[in-house]
Amino acid sequence: MYVYDEIDQRLVDERVSQYRDQTHRYLAGEIAESEFLPLRLQNGLYVQRLAPMLRIAIPYGLLNSAQLRKLAEISRHYDKGYAHISTRQNMQLNWPELAEVPDILAELATVQMHAIQTSGNCIRNTTTDQFAGVATDELEDPRPWCEIIRQWSTLHPEFAFLPRKFKIAVCGSETDRAAIHAHDIGLELVPHPDSGEIGFKVLVGGGLGRTPVIGKVVCEWLEKKHLLTYLEAILRVYNQLGRRDNKYKARIKILVKAMGVEAFSERLQQEWAAIKDGPNTLTEHEISRAASFFTRPAYREFEESAAGSELQATLDTEQKFANWYERNTLPHQVPGYRIVNLSLKGTGYAPGDISDRQMEAVAELADRYSFGEIRTTHQQNLVLADVETGELLELWKKLDALGLATPNIGYLTDMICCPGGDYCSLANAKSIPVAEAIQERFDNLDYMYDLGPLDINISGCMNACGHHHIGHIGILGVDKKGEEFYQVSLGGDQGKEASIGKILGPSFKQELMPEVVENILSTYLALRTEDENFLDTYRRVGLDPFKENAYAKAD
Amino acid sequence: MPKLIKDGAVVEDSWQGSLLDLDEFNAVAANGTATGVVLQPDQPPSALEADLAGIEVIAINFPVFTDGRGFSYARELRQRGYRGEIRAVGGFIRDQLGYLQRCGFDAFEFADDSSLEECLPSLREFSESYQADMIQAEPLFRRR
Repeated sequence: MYVYDEIDQRLVDERVSQYRDQTHRYLAGEIAESEFLPLRLQNGLYVQRLAPMLRIAIPYGLLNSAQLRKLAEISRHYDKGYAHISTRQNMQLNWPELAEVPDILAELATVQMHAIQTSGNCIRNTTTDQFAGVATDELEDPRPWCEIIRQWSTLHPEFAFLPRKFKIAVCGSETDRAAIHAHDIGLELVPHPDSGEIGFKVLVGGGLGRTPVIGKVVCEWLEKKHLLTYLEAILRVYNQLGRRDNKYKARIKILVKAMGVEAFSERLQQEWAAIKDGPNTLTEHEISRAASFFTRPAYREFEESAAGSELQATLDTEQKFANWYERNTLPHQVPGYRIVNLSLKGTGYAPGDISDRQMEAVAELADRYSFGEIRTTHQQNLVLADVETGELLELWKKLDALGLATPNIGYLTDMICCPGGDYCSLANAKSIPVAEAIQERFDNLDYMYDLGPLDINISGCMNACGHHHIGHIGILGVDKKGEEFYQVSLGGDQGKEASIGKILGPSFKQELMPEVVENILSTYLALRTEDENFLDTYRRVGLDPFKENAYAKAD
Repeated sequence: MPKLIKDGAVVEDSWQGSLLDLDEFNAVAANGTATGVVLQPDQPPSALEADLAGIEVIAINFPVFTDGRGFSYARELRQRGYRGEIRAVGGFIRDQLGYLQRCGFDAFEFADDSSLEECLPSLREFSESYQADMIQAEPLFRRR
């Protein structure tokens, strides 16, 4: 992974000093509340319903064990001993003291971490595939590009007061695991149709929130060296023309829609022409420097057959292990290794939450089994990306003891869920209790596996942090005259065939939600043909059968 | 005489010209008598109907500090070769000075000029930057 040099370190240290001074002046009454607001936001600090919330950047979801230990220590010392993985692969602390935040940031800086631009109307943490560098369907590792974008966007002087927040995601594989269609800018590494040279397909104006939109292609193939000038040109058009009169219409998706993608592209070309081939054009030296941090670790060489047959024997006898192996581990680029998902979606705690002890234990396991690296996912889980097949059983036993081996990755109970009304001051409704109720209702593994892969995404408000629009089943908390209700949508999808879910009908009361979900699933089970998963069936039969059943029963 | 921050120091505003609104400026620009103009957030540099070289001061107004369009305007002016003064006016805040400077502003006129000295450190909080800007022509990756 990327390692700071003296300059990277100096920049985060100077950022801590800057923010320490700002906090000091704010507490001394020298900075007005409204002026302090964007300063603290761009250092990750929200003021939430119960306490401030600090969002710590985990650039493109990559951590080393020393960083995870530091996060454990921080959550114990400055918080209540647990943290939350967000849908942008970041980590959130729910109870820090405003006055102590500069100290927390200073602690983070000691392990090459920060909270820069994790909130506010600026360029946020760039996200990518949690299986980057190890996925079997990968064309090119997207992480060097994420790091190049991280450096370009960090403390960018021109784009710190944008109309609204701005999110970039990069995908380098066949399956899009980074939801690039739902980002302000989505980048996909693609071969040139003629030469085969890899460049970027560029999408602009995707996003969730109040007005969900799938991104539009503005460039089918961009030569790699032009990446930063092109991004800069997009941002420049947006900074000048994006709406600032209404925060709900301020995202770039609204601008692209209003201008039309042709007019937007034309303006973009003009801006780009002025800076193309200028100093921000990437050099071969920089591209290979970035790539040099993401080389393969020292994998051992295995004879696949030997490891394979031993594993098969264990799988045949250990049913619990086999369940976990099948759902929570994935094939790896290198023979003899598997990708291991650690589920943070067990029953009994909020989806995506992790305790200080668990963090320390995971750091230990990463050192022992996976070259000391950990990844966070936008589905709010963790990944150990490089585990030897022969050590899976041992690792599974340890994970099981830690409560991190719930065998549900990609299945019903692996829900994406925002913090919701329990924590967030923006929320219209709670989301965690809904997730818990659904998890309790569907605790039967056989039933869950029979349903097949299923994304249930829950957001407590329109801002859609829980990505409800792109869940196969999306659940959105709404406020009706002070009462919490839940709107259900079906058919959303985050992949390359990305689609926005359609609303089923009138919203439901909280206590009805497990029943509503069960009803939807029964409809699917009754209508599916062999080999169809939920989304296939939905696409074939449409919304109506689900609607009829849902409301027939609910009445 | 009012004070402002110019080229990193607190100075008296000795400039004798006057800042015209864009419409006034464009009306008299043709006869070459206008030397200063103030742009509003919805008035990009392309709205100036005059040779940039003849303008002594271009002020960019920030009615609210959160409206960041002016950052792009200053950068565009410098990119087009404008060498005169670019002055931030209006509601921008001290904590934006570093970024404003990097975008090409070289003068800062605060509504209250009583404690400008205290603001100066905000111009120098960072000793390095990743991006190319109006102070450092080469991005860090070309200097590493």
